[in-house]
Amino acid sequence: MMELNTTNEAGITQDERKKVYETIQYIVIRLGDEQYGIDIRNIDNIVRMQHITRVPKMPAYLKGVINMRGEVIPVMSMRLMMNLADDEVTKTTRIIVLKLEQEGNVGFIVDEVKEVVSLSVNNIEKVNNNSKDEKTDLISAVGKHNGELISLVDLSAINFDDN
Amino acid sequence: MDVSQYLEIFLDETKEHLQNLNTQILELESDAENMDTINEIFRAAHSLKGMAGTMGFKRMQNLTHDMENVFSEVRTGNIKVQPEMIDVLFQCLDALEEYTDNIQTSANEGTNDNEILIKQLNDILDGGSTKEQATEAAGSKAAAEGTVGGEKWKDIVLEDSQVAVLQEAKKQGRKVYGLNVVVEANCVLKAARAFLVFKAVEEIAEIIVSSPSAQEVEEEKFDRDFTLIVLSQASLEELIKAGESVSEIEKVIGGEIDLDHLKSQDAAKEQEATQEQAQEKETETASQAVAPATQAPQPAAAAKQAPAAGRKQAPAKPVVNRTVRVDIEKLDSLMNLVSELIIAKNSLVSASSQDQTKMNGSFNEHIEYLESVTTNLHESVMKVRMVPIESVVQKFPRMIRDLSKKLDKKMELYMTGEETELDRTVVDEIGDPLMHLLRNSADHGLESAEIRAQRGKDPVGSIFLDAYQDGNNVVIEVRDDGNGIDVEKVRAKAIERGTVTPAQAAAMSDKEIINLLFLPSFSTAKEVTDVSGRGVGLDVVKSKIESLSGEVEVKSTLGEGSTWTIRLPLTLAIIQALMVVVGDEKYAISLGCIQILEDLSPSDIKLVQNKEVIHLRGTVIPLIRLNEVLDVESSRSQDENLIVVIVKKGDQQVGLVVDELIGQQEIVIKPLGKYMKQCKFISGATILGDGEIALILDTNALI
Repeated sequence: MMELNTTNEAGITQDERKKVYETIQYIVIRLGDEQYGIDIRNIDNIVRMQHITRVPKMPAYLKGVINMRGEVIPVMSMRLMMNLADDEVTKTTRIIVLKLEQEGNVGFIVDEVKEVVSLSVNNIEKVNNNSKDEKTDLISAVGKHNGELISLVDLSAINFDDN
Repeated sequence: MDVSQYLEIFLDETKEHLQNLNTQILELESDAENMDTINEIFRAAHSLKGMAGTMGFKRMQNLTHDMENVFSEVRTGNIKVQPEMIDVLFQCLDALEEYTDNIQTSANEGTNDNEILIKQLNDILDGGSTKEQATEAAGSKAAAEGTVGGEKWKDIVLEDSQVAVLQEAKKQGRKVYGLNVVVEANCVLKAARAFLVFKAVEEIAEIIVSSPSAQEVEEEKFDRDFTLIVLSQASLEELIKAGESVSEIEKVIGGEIDLDHLKSQDAAKEQEATQEQAQEKETETASQAVAPATQAPQPAAAAKQAPAAGRKQAPAKPVVNRTVRVDIEKLDSLMNLVSELIIAKNSLVSASSQDQTKMNGSFNEHIEYLESVTTNLHESVMKVRMVPIESVVQKFPRMIRDLSKKLDKKMELYMTGEETELDRTVVDEIGDPLMHLLRNSADHGLESAEIRAQRGKDPVGSIFLDAYQDGNNVVIEVRDDGNGIDVEKVRAKAIERGTVTPAQAAAMSDKEIINLLFLPSFSTAKEVTDVSGRGVGLDVVKSKIESLSGEVEVKSTLGEGSTWTIRLPLTLAIIQALMVVVGDEKYAISLGCIQILEDLSPSDIKLVQNKEVIHLRGTVIPLIRLNEVLDVESSRSQDENLIVVIVKKGDQQVGLVVDELIGQQEIVIKPLGKYMKQCKFISGATILGDGEIALILDTNALI
């Protein structure tokens, strides 16, 4: 995308014009004390915590599978992916089901789903991923909302094969 | 643009439009002023033209275009509807039908330009000069005469066999008659009337030929008349009377046929027909036709007859079968619905067993009924997905023929059971493994002709490909009468390759040694040929078959040949399974691979090479404790009895130790998805009646 912008002038102006109007809606979730935003367009469903069937011989963050309307969906722990302590199931724990282009539906366990915010593109700043830390790898940008910072997670870009 | 996918729709719609045009033009004939009818005809002709053009059928398009022009003029009132015009239009419809039939049989409209018809249409349009009109009228009239009535039996092309029959009958004193039956113009049920005529005539005569064919007549594919050639001892008058006794039959014309004359007539007619097509001067032919003495076929008759003859000569297989093609996705969604129905049924079953107190007989009965319905439904949906393996194996005889040339060995392939059906997904995948095995047999299995002769075998080697259904499995066997597998050679090779140590090799049974062949990069062929022997064959075969949940094994006798047996499940989507509990988790084991369930005391377990085995009815069976493999805590204490599920893979047996048995259940296999691929011995998941997920154990991967 970046390459495209530098090589195509028309692309830049169009892109910039878009930026003025475009807002993206994010679902704000909580993991421990931190807030993360997930692009609402990727989200298929949010369900309450339910029994997860463990699949043996899997990495720890792959919690297992759940049944969502007759479909078997893998569920992952976002906490473990972020190198946080393992999930403690509370009343607010939810599974966010994302629709990923390549892999189909995947569930992520989060501590709480807080709200939906609209961020204009102006209020989103990209972050450069130069650290080796997996945690920051997942964060594609930071959004400003009511004086708070929300780390925007691009889950669709995760390449799970590395793990 | 590739329009072949629309061919079916095109044919269906064309037939519909033609049918519509036929009825509307008939109506026009009786009520020439009816604007509704004319508009309807115009619309139908217009759609036909558009469709033919889109599909690239130029001739059809041209003809319909001219027809449309005529209708357009009629609509604006520039031309009055004339009986002659109606006749021409009907001929056009016949020609269009001809095109359609051609398209259906060969996906090609044929080469008949029908220029005479187009010219006639244009003449109608022009109004024509007076002279032309006169001859045209005469021609049309003659054509009309030719269409209905006349001694059309003389135009019928007889096949040699039919002529032979007629001649034979004539010798026996029976007479050969030609009959032309004309149905009344306003007859509604032409086919029914024709049928009655057929019946009446058949009472006193034997119908040898019918034109159009009896089938077509039955389907009302004729204008107003049809022609019969019959054998009878009765007189001509009797036959005509029989035909005319049927109501709504205008007239029956008949005459005795001189067989010799008939044959020469045929030749003349055919020549005439080709001349017609080369667009002979139309007026000449027409005027000739008026003279009854010459008996030259009229343009209409010729135009009709020539393609008909052509069709008779090539009774081609229809391109479009009378089947409904269904998108595999639609089938899958149907399958999913059936799956959900089965899940729902399972939850009912589990609900009923939980609530013992409320359960009564009728509830149980309903569940049993539901069960039988879902099972039947499942079976029929599965059947829809089944295709015969024929599509895959039919290329093999050719392949073996080529291999025979290439390898300079004489061999013959014998196939049976090509009609055996398998799930579509399996059939698509099975081709390559089978090809590998056949090549393997041809290259490694069969000896050269000289060696075969020395060994007292038929110099022509035989390879057999047999497919058959065996319970819930389909078995495909590739068998050859070649050399068989030289176990010692394989053993030596394995040691040389470092696959096994000499000590290991010595301890291995012949069977185990043969199974080494399925390891990657293991080829015993001394030199690599381009047929097989690159060592990529057998392990690919094995992994492919296993990915289809099947198994492959080989039996071989040195000097006599080998048999490769592929065993595949009939279906991949729904299976019968045994539900077991390990720790606090539920797992499903496919019933197909379970041999027996055993209840054993811990003292039955023996140790061999520090591995747990049991000795059961003369066989030593290794034990696998599932809780260890699956990393869960067993719910049973050490001194409790063990529940062992004995599963087999080929001839190997293994005992799986589980904590509890739940029972047999029909389960729907759901894929686990990409992330969960790492776990080799879980082949999928299934949703239980209570909505919970149970994993399906792939026992083949465990062994």
